[in-house]
Amino acid sequence: MEAHLKMDRPVESSLLDKTDQNIISRPIDRIEGPLKVSGRARYSAEFKLPNMAHGVLVGATIGKGRVIGIDAADAEKLPGVIKIVTDYETFLRNPAQGRATEAPAQGVRDVHYFGQPIALVVADSFGAARHAAQTLKITYEPGEGRFDFDSRIETAKPKESTQKAQGDVDAALRDAHAALDITYTTPSQNSSAMEPHASLAQWEGDNLVLYGSYQMLSTNRMQLADAMGLDIEKVRIRAHYVGGGFGAKLGITAESVAAAVAARQLGRPVRVVMTRQQVYDATVRRSNTVQRVRLAADAQGKLTALAHETITGNLDGEDFSEPASASSQFLYGGENRIFGNSIVRMDQVLSASMRAPGEAVGMLALECAMDELAEKLEIDPLELRKRNIPDRHPESDLPYSSRSLAECLDIGAQDFGWSRRRSRPASTREGDWWIGHGMAAAARSNMLVKSSARVTLTPEGRAVVQTDMTDIGTGTYTVLAQIAAEMLGLPLESVDVHLGDTNHPPAAGSGGSFGAASSGSSVYLACEKLRQTIAERLGGAAGDLRLSEGMARIGNVSKHLIELVTDPLAATATIEPGDTDTAFVQAAFGAHFTEVAVNAHTGEVRVRRMESTFAAGRILNEKTAISQCFGGMVFGIGGALTEDLMYDTRYGNIVNRDLAEYHLPVNADVPQLKVKFLPERDKAANPLLAKGIGELGISGAGAAIANAIYNACGIRVRDYPITLDKLIDRLPPA
Amino acid sequence: MRPFEYQRATKAQAAAQMAGAGNNTRFIAGGTNLLDLMKLEIERPETLIDISRLPLDTIEQTHDGGLRISALVANSDLAADMRVRRDYAVLTRALLAGASGQLRNKATTGGNLLQRTRCYYFYNPAMPCNKRDPGSGCGALEGQNRIHAVLGGSPHCIATHPSDMAVAMLALDATVEVLAADGTERTLPLAELYRLPGDTPHIETTLQAGDLITAVVLPPPLGGRHLYRKVRDRASYAFALTSVAAIIEMDGDTIGAARLAFGGLAPMPWRDRSVENLLIGQKPSPELWDAAADALLGSARGYGHNDFKIPLARRTLASVLSDACAEEL
Repeated sequence: MEAHLKMDRPVESSLLDKTDQNIISRPIDRIEGPLKVSGRARYSAEFKLPNMAHGVLVGATIGKGRVIGIDAADAEKLPGVIKIVTDYETFLRNPAQGRATEAPAQGVRDVHYFGQPIALVVADSFGAARHAAQTLKITYEPGEGRFDFDSRIETAKPKESTQKAQGDVDAALRDAHAALDITYTTPSQNSSAMEPHASLAQWEGDNLVLYGSYQMLSTNRMQLADAMGLDIEKVRIRAHYVGGGFGAKLGITAESVAAAVAARQLGRPVRVVMTRQQVYDATVRRSNTVQRVRLAADAQGKLTALAHETITGNLDGEDFSEPASASSQFLYGGENRIFGNSIVRMDQVLSASMRAPGEAVGMLALECAMDELAEKLEIDPLELRKRNIPDRHPESDLPYSSRSLAECLDIGAQDFGWSRRRSRPASTREGDWWIGHGMAAAARSNMLVKSSARVTLTPEGRAVVQTDMTDIGTGTYTVLAQIAAEMLGLPLESVDVHLGDTNHPPAAGSGGSFGAASSGSSVYLACEKLRQTIAERLGGAAGDLRLSEGMARIGNVSKHLIELVTDPLAATATIEPGDTDTAFVQAAFGAHFTEVAVNAHTGEVRVRRMESTFAAGRILNEKTAISQCFGGMVFGIGGALTEDLMYDTRYGNIVNRDLAEYHLPVNADVPQLKVKFLPERDKAANPLLAKGIGELGISGAGAAIANAIYNACGIRVRDYPITLDKLIDRLPPA
Repeated sequence: MRPFEYQRATKAQAAAQMAGAGNNTRFIAGGTNLLDLMKLEIERPETLIDISRLPLDTIEQTHDGGLRISALVANSDLAADMRVRRDYAVLTRALLAGASGQLRNKATTGGNLLQRTRCYYFYNPAMPCNKRDPGSGCGALEGQNRIHAVLGGSPHCIATHPSDMAVAMLALDATVEVLAADGTERTLPLAELYRLPGDTPHIETTLQAGDLITAVVLPPPLGGRHLYRKVRDRASYAFALTSVAAIIEMDGDTIGAARLAFGGLAPMPWRDRSVENLLIGQKPSPELWDAAADALLGSARGYGHNDFKIPLARRTLASVLSDACAEEL
């Protein structure tokens, strides 16, 4: 059986509001949790295949130039070494961008960034391979690298597809009651997932099986097949558990193709695990950004102009540019508008999607600019935002599918005690610390991506969900089980979820906050189809069917499911976006409130309270959803205060390429976080009436911290991260 | 990691002897720094001598009322010792400001003293570094030097020493007991363990091949107020941008005794007696803190990204002294 839904119209109602199981939305523990905490959940690098060899990548030690030669002789003599493998044409030069359907740039003879993988040393142990990799001599003809972004900013070229203009921003700024024109900068960042990138390649005849730590298997499969010159049917990718991705595993990276090439050359399985340093050097970064924000408002605080322009860096031939104005375009009104991105060509590792590409750093600019404007207008920053919530999209005039922004602002403010905030900076002191409060809106576009799943009811009374969707630590296993259990009237324990295998129906993958809603909708549709069959077998209409605790009932007729399903009963369903995607503005919204302390002597910043209120349609599992928001908020702290991927502009290398020196927030940096969800349904989004939540938590979070720092000590830092050296010379008298 | 010989010592004397006789040997105890460096092939010993099973894990009172901390006492055990907490609180505070709980459980007293810099250029074999590869140059001088030294550096190296524990021990006037390969024992002040980089930044201590640190000895309790203030880029698990170990004893309304040591500023734990002498006998005042900072930082020099360390050290010192001399904390 098959079912298919293209979202051309809003759904009138969802079965999830009518079913009887009370499983959906509940804060259920992750069903795979026990496997993970006991070490039984096997990640890509944990599979062991017979006769498996170990490969370690060797990266370029120049930032630009050409490989003259590889002297493998010494390395190949070392104990345990099997072969030095390279393929100048096939090895990946760049990682693939998320959702790409073709291979990324291949060919590694020309060096385009420091650390670009050149060769793979294969040995009979990881240790032997790593030692030989460190011994391998590669000779280069160095070229002239473009490593200094600041000195090249004048060379930025507009990315045409991003340019938008409406009205006359300059005139609006000139005529405004209050206006500002401010530039914010954010540094390069790295996703820094706990699990490094890893692939294990095995050939079965002409077929390639890759255990790879990736987020989006259906497109990863296309990328890998194209890179290896294979038909897509000959490639299978498995990723049953993924230890975080945050964007860095959206597309395939160098180790996958290197493992596949080596495995083919050697006729045995080859596993390649990146070192932590290689994850920094050779996967993806978020580009640094230079963001110019212009705002104009009338005396009542109504925006008359909103312009948000961004300059980012990327490699030649790479079109991605951090869409920093993503939420600026639909969050607030203002009839005169300019948006657009420009790209500076750099010889630095690929810049691509990372943790809320766009909003994560864009809202660090917009939401601080709004705070600065509020001060100029002498209007409470909360109030300024409420006054500028547009009725319809300010450019397209489209309606919002659902939007509880004002409610999040009001309820969040009340819960936090915002009204007790002192608006004058540097007016609260506790001991050595200046105390300040800040807020920011949260907004993240909602997307639906084509996704398929198969759900099979078994004669044993179980349901089996199969899709190539991944669970990258987000809770996918659990929410898909909850949807199936709720829809089919089964206890949660009677649902088996099989993910991360391209032998299953192709899913949206994990990314862009669309994973749960997209893959969840396909499971929903498959279950809906199964419900029809059950109703028929019970002799009634699907609309009258009640399913609970393994019993099916229509009116007075009721039977055990196992009586109705004597042979496996399967339904495969596909959801895909349709007209509701273009007929509505779809986004999840929220509000962040923070309290920070700034040390009056040293400028150290401590976040003391962080409370956020969100609305994102139906919440599928309150616990995993809260955890998603917590994670985003923690990265908000990182973006505001600590994360800074530093380059040496002489050599083009990343200098802080481990978790000791690339500073993610640690537990001590994170206060007890609070998250509240407001009830909401979004009928235009998908049949679950849910919106994406994975990246909502980070969107705006850092700006609330930056605004609180200003409120604490009166210092605006517009160059992130806000480290103490940027405060120390401007602190108020201690 | 390069292949290496592994030997296990059962007696301290044998360990020192093995190390003295071998070529390019390293002792390994906790291994929290050495193993990382070996994986990156920055440390390339031919022989590892495992001393972790030597009976050097006690903390004992000395005959004059001080404490003798054997070299293998774990950082976490040392921090938790009641006598240390009571009489040498600056040491407990410094230890707990360092690393993470897991690392402190593994890291030893001797190893902590000898841990190596976290300079970015030292850690990347593709970069120039006179400490790792003498004569190759210093990448940090004109590179990313946010975490680097403003005192005691040289044109050849501006890496900082990363230890918090050693800073507190330096303020406490600790001495180090060393067993040499030939069986002789000697004691040296902690300050004499370290060397400034000069034009030989790869030589970091005065130890000779085969020398084994067997203990750190603290003098009898010093009294006074013990503070350790560490300023860093995040609240935990980061090395000091600057740190101050302070032991201050008031004599009425003037400063009776002052011991100060600094981390994050120099290639070695830093102590400057002129700063202490300037404080003794004086009444606490912001002007006095300024004078102390002037004395400490008179020769300080920034290299661009680390310029902020100079005002940071000044402000941190003032804050610590102010707290240490306050009537109530």
